[in-house]
Amino acid sequence: MAIVNLKNVTYKYPLTDAPALSNINLEVKEGEFVAIIGPNGAGKSTLCYTLAGFIPHFFKGELEGKVEIAGVDLKSSALNEWVRNVGLAFQNPFNQISGAKYTVFEEIAFGLENQGVPRDEMNQRVEEALTMTGIRDLADRSPYSLSGGQQQRVALTSILVMQPKVLVLDEPTSQMDPIGTREVFGVIRQMAERGMTVVMAEHKIEWIAEFADRVVALKDGKILLQGSPSDVLTSRLLSENGFGISRYTSTAREALKHNLWPKHLHLPVTLQEAADGFGGKK
Amino acid sequence: MKIEIKDLHFTYPGGVEALRGISLTIEPGEQVAMVGQNGSGKTTLVKHLNGLLQPTSGSVMIGDWDTKKVAVAKLAARVGYVFQNPDEQLFSSNVGIEVAFGPRNLGFPAEKVDALTKDALALTELSDKTSTNPYDLSPTWRKMVALASIISMDSDIVIFDEPTTGQDAQSVARIAHVVAELKKRGKTVITITHDIDFCAENFERVIALSRGEVLLDGPANAVLGQEKILAQTYVDPPQLTRLGKRLGLKKTVRNQEEFLAALKK
Repeated sequence: MAIVNLKNVTYKYPLTDAPALSNINLEVKEGEFVAIIGPNGAGKSTLCYTLAGFIPHFFKGELEGKVEIAGVDLKSSALNEWVRNVGLAFQNPFNQISGAKYTVFEEIAFGLENQGVPRDEMNQRVEEALTMTGIRDLADRSPYSLSGGQQQRVALTSILVMQPKVLVLDEPTSQMDPIGTREVFGVIRQMAERGMTVVMAEHKIEWIAEFADRVVALKDGKILLQGSPSDVLTSRLLSENGFGISRYTSTAREALKHNLWPKHLHLPVTLQEAADGFGGKK
Repeated sequence: MKIEIKDLHFTYPGGVEALRGISLTIEPGEQVAMVGQNGSGKTTLVKHLNGLLQPTSGSVMIGDWDTKKVAVAKLAARVGYVFQNPDEQLFSSNVGIEVAFGPRNLGFPAEKVDALTKDALALTELSDKTSTNPYDLSPTWRKMVALASIISMDSDIVIFDEPTTGQDAQSVARIAHVVAELKKRGKTVITITHDIDFCAENFERVIALSRGEVLLDGPANAVLGQEKILAQTYVDPPQLTRLGKRLGLKKTVRNQEEFLAALKK
């Protein structure tokens, strides 16, 4: 059964005429990892805010249609109840870090403190989360003394530790180094394997192709197409609409013109698929 | 304008040793990408070039100026620095005023300020947004305003700190165009980036930093092909470089043109 259920969702920010989201229908199954792609301004962050309940509870504006997570309807739920099911890691970690804590360890415990989790359990969960995202060695540092990518790991960890049913991530690796990015995608994949549902807005096509179950392409607040990474990420509609695609796909498409990519093969989205296709040709 | 960094060490108050003996020469007009793990010292290093940080020991020369002896305000005429986060940099009520602020502050005559502002706005495709408040723009366009407000100062050296972070494909192409145009004008461009494909496609020299030291420094193909060494600083080679290696291509390739040419052989 779908844990996330959006029906005919249209949203306008206050004082605007054009909807930021129009007529979005989206179902996400429990334990599914869905990536949201789209050019800047397509509505990716707005969709994340809606899932997290910031829309309409914080941003106000006009929300039409139905947003339901774990059987709870957004409009009839208070934000403090809603966040028990959904956690959001912000695009910019500066906006998320509380400013009230002196160390990374305390920062990550902050959400659990608010939920009244017993002290022993809290320590244990923070330790586990720090180990999982690879920032144990940062535990005693001030969140503000860290680099952008390190702060992003802290922001992600402080949500993971709350063990939300649905994890919403808005470009969670935008400031991370390349291998760090791959590692974080791996951690998120693991969480999905354990049953956490993940919705992630992201530009990094290569890792979406490797790790996500499904891709939703947004453009001008509407769903342009959705489906498996292999189908969506090789669609011509993407390039025609200003989406980024992986070098594997674009190069194979070009190679096809020079007879360097086997005609009968689907275009590649991952390194492995590209190596198989080009390798067979040689 | 030549940049000469000699045995640069820097320790933050509180004891974190961010730079541990960096020596580099960057010739006038070079296009350099700086890559490396989060916390490897990239931002700390470039903040020494415009005097925002002062060496704990060692020296940084910008042309004939020693950054220890020249005020930050004066250095700004030679070195422009675009912050990682545009929100740390923008403060004016409209884009035109924001972009004109730098050249005006350098004391250029009004006509020159005007010409430089127009040029920077055109290059960053902001000409139709001059009267907009920067904070009414999307983060993508705020980034372009940050770029424009430094380009308008016409400094010989321009530094971009992670310009493509969170940008979509069109915006990345726009930034690549800016870099190419500055190269044509003979500017030195130093860019910090985690976007290795952007780095491979737009820069001739790559410097990889690791734990406050230079791990690799050289022509892009030579550096980006070193998969094992780059992994020490959490960098993957570009997609097509990895694919080329996987296929056993003899030459290191870094873009589509090189890849297809090598494949044809």
